[in-house]
Amino acid sequence: MNALIPFPIIAPLFAAGVSIIFSRSRRAQRAISVAALSTVVAASVALLVRADTDAVVTTQAGGWPAPLGISLVVDRLSGIMLVVSSLMLVLVLLFAIGQRDVEVQHSAFHPTYLVLAAGIAASFITGDLFNLFVAFETMLAASYVLMTLGGRQDQVRSGMTYVVISLLASTLFITALALIYAATGTVNMADLSERMPELSSGVRTGFSLLLIVVFGVKAGLFPLFFWLPDSYPTAPGPVTAIFAALLTKVGVYAIIRTQLLLFPLDSRQGTILLVVAALTMLVGVVGALAQDEIKRILSFHIVGQIGYMIFGLGLLSVAGVTAVVFYIIQTVLVKTNLFLVAGLVDRHAGSSRLSEIGGLVRTAPVIAAFFALPALSLAGIPPSSGFVGKLALLDAGVSIEQWPIVVVALVVSLLTLYSMTKLWSGVFWGEAEEERPHREEHRDHWWLMMSATGATVALSVAYVVWAGPIYELAARAGADLLDPSLYAEAVLGANR
Amino acid sequence: MTVLLAFTAAALFGIGTWLLLQRRLTRIIIGLGLVSHGTNILLITSGGRGGIPPLIGSGDEADFADPLPQALALTAIVITFGVTAFLLAMAYRSWQLTHDDLVADDIEDRLIATRRRLSRDLADAQLADLEHSADSADDDDLYDIESIPSPRPGPERPYDGGEP
Repeated sequence: MNALIPFPIIAPLFAAGVSIIFSRSRRAQRAISVAALSTVVAASVALLVRADTDAVVTTQAGGWPAPLGISLVVDRLSGIMLVVSSLMLVLVLLFAIGQRDVEVQHSAFHPTYLVLAAGIAASFITGDLFNLFVAFETMLAASYVLMTLGGRQDQVRSGMTYVVISLLASTLFITALALIYAATGTVNMADLSERMPELSSGVRTGFSLLLIVVFGVKAGLFPLFFWLPDSYPTAPGPVTAIFAALLTKVGVYAIIRTQLLLFPLDSRQGTILLVVAALTMLVGVVGALAQDEIKRILSFHIVGQIGYMIFGLGLLSVAGVTAVVFYIIQTVLVKTNLFLVAGLVDRHAGSSRLSEIGGLVRTAPVIAAFFALPALSLAGIPPSSGFVGKLALLDAGVSIEQWPIVVVALVVSLLTLYSMTKLWSGVFWGEAEEERPHREEHRDHWWLMMSATGATVALSVAYVVWAGPIYELAARAGADLLDPSLYAEAVLGANR
Repeated sequence: MTVLLAFTAAALFGIGTWLLLQRRLTRIIIGLGLVSHGTNILLITSGGRGGIPPLIGSGDEADFADPLPQALALTAIVITFGVTAFLLAMAYRSWQLTHDDLVADDIEDRLIATRRRLSRDLADAQLADLEHSADSADDDDLYDIESIPSPRPGPERPYDGGEP
């Protein structure tokens, strides 16, 4: 059973290789990708079930014992993230297969997408800080290619910003690794969590902040978010959807993992995180209000949502971390959904600017329905999944009386609702613009794109229905996260 | 030796950061290269003092150099090498498209700024007038919404069916 742990990394990488061999046949590539990613979903579910019974499942790569070799670890949080991310990867892949667009049908798309899947899975599974760097790079290298598949001028321009800022963050990551290794003599996270308390608190705070900056760039925290709304929208529709859903969340996962596992809880870090969270929320939503293009509006909302997650983490309480885990799952669902709808609107109306389209509620009522639900969810209107998530977060905030951040979160929710109303009235209401030359060159498989989007809608409805059991799972994950000794014992246990 | 390496790393970081703040792509890429060299030196230094090659049986284990940071640095070098190659390819593509090495402004940001200025300064009637006149007067590109290329101009060539 533990041999299954590397599967979500190895299977997509292997499939990527096979996919390159079949690069002349798009049909074979599609079959390979769907098969590989579907089996990864099954493996991830099996791993989550296993992790939920045993708390932490580990294996040592190559059979080298823990602090020496690379540990692969699946605990409840990484199990949850694996399941959610692999599900989204499959749904977005189906959407991409349906979209008959030069960029998405490029022969490099499928192999790169599979490498991206492997990188994301590796970031969740690895128990080694340096290996986390490698996983990030695998994921980012694939994302660079996916973002610039078309080689268009705007893609190259924004891709450049993206690559440079990511590479700089990676370099900072290695710097942090070098300093941590010099101070502790290990890069194994379980081992680090035991040695970190031996360091003086100043050095520890330095490391902690350095890692927050490194992962903050990837997650899009204030003030390191500026590349995100600039670069994501230029990628092809499905690619933006998967970036929006998963890449920033991998950054958030890394922040949660490193802050809670490596460093003893410290209220100073908590305060810094809360301030950053408040600013991130505000900047995200205010930025969204100014924009005109759907994908850019939604990209600013990604930043806003990241603020909510860091808010929960900054509370440094079991309730806060539980709420974050619960909130991440729903954001991934909602974000995938919204960006897929943006892709549908773009394909249907031929543009994704609010000023250029309108009246879609009459010409495409199904798309409107697919948009309405996640939009309400993003704003946190009951009974949507977003409401449950935000309620949990605010409840955690109120219970330890962090009033300022609670107020900011509520104001931002209101502004999000306003932004979503603006989007709705711009895209779906109003007069339909004069006929644009759309869908003439498209041979899109609408049923496939629609059912992939429909599946994400169905998943977020199911999320509300089963909110109880999922919240309990999140609570177990949250309790684990605040008890790092559990993780350390599971990884190092065998040879002590 | 360690002090020398520390100074080298500091110098590389400093020069690299300065180059990164430039607007020319080639300088940015060279800057990134220098910063990553600085990090690799830092990584090597983090292993402590140098020593003999860590091969079992080749000498006293106490004299061995720490092999782990060296392995990590090697990995880091390979990764930065790959990404830098990708960046250079992108810079070349950018040069092909624009014949320039400068990092361009974000079109969408400029569009929003332009809109705001328009709505503040001009009534709607004047706006239509201006757009009309801007079509002919190409030097006033600030107010010329039409001349800013749409970020999504659509496929450059018709879809070829995907199959060979």
